[in-house]
Amino acid sequence: MNAERSYHNEQKRNRAILLSLLLLLLMLSLLFLFAGRYPKGGFSFPKDLSQNVMMKNIMLNIRLPRILLALIAGAILSAAGFTFQMLFSNPLVEPGFLGVSQGSAFGAALVIVVGNYNSALVQVSATFFGLLALGASYFLAKKFRFGGWLLRLVLSGIAVSAIFSSALGVVKLVAEPTKDLQDITFWMMGGLWNSNWKQILTVMPIVLVCLAILFSYRWRMNLLSLQEKSAYSVGLNPRLDRTVLLVVATVGTTLTISLTGLIGWVGLIMPHLARKLFGSDSKVALPGSMVMGSLFLLLCDTVGRTLLPTEIPIGLLTSFIGAVIFIVILSLKHQEGKA
Amino acid sequence: MTALKVDNLSYTYPTGTKALCNITLDIQEQSTVALLGSNGAGKSTLMDLLLGWKPSANILLFDKPLKEYGRKELGRFIALVPQSEHYNFSFTLLEYTLFGRAPYLAEMGSPSDEDVHLAYEALETVGLASYAHRSVTTLSGGESQLVLIARAIAQQSKVLLLDEPTSSLDPANRRKVIDILQALHAQGKTIIFTTHDAPFAYELATHVAMLKKGSLLCFGTKERVVTSEMLTTLYETDMTVCSVGGRTLIY
Repeated sequence: MNAERSYHNEQKRNRAILLSLLLLLLMLSLLFLFAGRYPKGGFSFPKDLSQNVMMKNIMLNIRLPRILLALIAGAILSAAGFTFQMLFSNPLVEPGFLGVSQGSAFGAALVIVVGNYNSALVQVSATFFGLLALGASYFLAKKFRFGGWLLRLVLSGIAVSAIFSSALGVVKLVAEPTKDLQDITFWMMGGLWNSNWKQILTVMPIVLVCLAILFSYRWRMNLLSLQEKSAYSVGLNPRLDRTVLLVVATVGTTLTISLTGLIGWVGLIMPHLARKLFGSDSKVALPGSMVMGSLFLLLCDTVGRTLLPTEIPIGLLTSFIGAVIFIVILSLKHQEGKA
Repeated sequence: MTALKVDNLSYTYPTGTKALCNITLDIQEQSTVALLGSNGAGKSTLMDLLLGWKPSANILLFDKPLKEYGRKELGRFIALVPQSEHYNFSFTLLEYTLFGRAPYLAEMGSPSDEDVHLAYEALETVGLASYAHRSVTTLSGGESQLVLIARAIAQQSKVLLLDEPTSSLDPANRRKVIDILQALHAQGKTIIFTTHDAPFAYELATHVAMLKKGSLLCFGTKERVVTSEMLTTLYETDMTVCSVGGRTLIY
C-alpha cells in the first residue's frame, strides 16, 4: 500500500516538475523576445512598443517566429529521439539512425550545388531525401535475410547512411568553393536565422500533428520497448505501432531539419536528461523530453544569436553542450558503478 | 470446458523447416499442461502458435478460432511469461508490472488507480511488493522471472503461457515459481508451460504433452503418460520413473 501511495506521489511530483518547466519555458520565451542585437546587444525593453515600429517589427516578424521554431524544433527533435530510443530499446539511438539526417543533408546540398536555389527548394529537397532514406532503410530491412526486424532496420540504416554520406562527399567535392560549399557547410551546422511566419504556418502545423501523435502514444511507448512477442502478448500490434511511430518521428524530424539544417545531439541527450529527472516511464518522460528539448534549443538559439556580434550556428552549440552533458552523464554512471 | 483445442496442427517455417506435424490437443480449463520435450522438439513453436504470435487456423480458444480474437481481446484471455526479457530502461517493478494492464486500457489511455492497485497486488502475489520501487535493471535472475509472472498475473487472463519458467533458476527460486503457479492453478487459471525437465513437469502439471521432433508422442494425465518407457522413448536415453514413500522420482 505504501508503494501505491508513493507511486501516486511520484506521479504528482513529476506533474509538478513538468508544469514548472512549462512555465519556465513560457517565461523565457517571452523574455527572449526582448533579447537580440537591436537596438543594442543584450536585452532591451522599449517603453512604448507601439511607438517603435522597427522594434515591434523585429519582435513580431523576426524574433517571435524564430522562438516558435526553436520551441517546436526542440520538442520534435527530442521527442523523435525519445521515440527511437524506446522503439529500438536502446538509449543511444536517435533519428539519424535510419539515414534520415544524411539523406536530408544530401538533398539540401544537391539543390545548393545545382544553383539558382531558394530556401523553399532546399527544404523540399531535404525533406524528400530524408524520407527517401527512411523508405530505403525500411525497404532494405524487409529484403535482408538476417536477424530480427529491429536488427535488420539498424543494419539497413547504417548502409543507407553510408551511401548518402558518400554521395554528400561527392556533392561537396564538386561544389563551387567560394559560395556553394560555404552554404552547404552552414546548412550542416544548423541555424534558425531563416525562420519566418510563412514557414511556421506551412511546415510547422504538420510537425505539430507529429508531436500530437507521439504525445498520444506516451504510455503505450513503454510497451514498445519490450521484446516484440511480449508487446504482442499484452494486446499490441507491435510491428504496426512501431512502423507508425517511426514514420511519424522521421517525418517530424525531416520537416524540421529541412528548415533548420542539421541540429545534432538534441534527440540523444534530452531524452536521457528527461529520464534522469522523471524516471523511465514514458508517460511523463516523453512530455518531459519535449519540454526540455524546447528549453534547450531556445537557450542555445538565444545564446547563439546574442553572445557574439556574429551568429554562432546552433548546431555547433547543441553539439558542444550535448557532448559535455553526455560525458558528465557517463562519468556519473561510472561513479555509480564503482560505488 | 475446453480452453484450447488444437486440431491437426502443422507448422513449417518460411525457410522450409518443418517444426510441427499433425498436433492434436484438447486442453481443459483449469488444467496445468506441460509441453515436455528435448531442445528442438517444437515446444516453443507450439507456444508461439497458442499465443497467436504465429498464425494458425487450427486452434480454438474457448470454442472460438484464435485468429478471430482482436488484439486486446486476446490479451485479456492469454498472458505470456517469456523465458527472459532484456531490461534497457530503469522501469520500477510497479511500472513494469503495470504493462500487464495494457489489454484493459483505451487505445491511447494510461493506467488508472485501480490498475496500479491490481499491479501492486500481483507483486504481492509473487512476494516482490516490498521492492515495488526498485528498478528492474537491478533484479537477479530469479526475481526477474518473478516480475515477469507478476506482469502476467496483472493481466488477469484465463490462460497463462510460460516458456521454460525455471530453466535458469536456482532451487530456492524454482520452488517459489512452482508454489506461485500451483496457487494460480488453485485459483482456476489454465496454465501451459514448456520444459525439458521431466521431474519439474511431473511436479507442476496435471497433464503432460510429450513432443518429439515436431510430433506429439503422447498427451494425457501425468500419472498415465509419464512412464519410464515413454520418457526413454522421448529422450532416447534410459529414464526411470518410480514411486518411493508415496513420492514419484524421475531420473
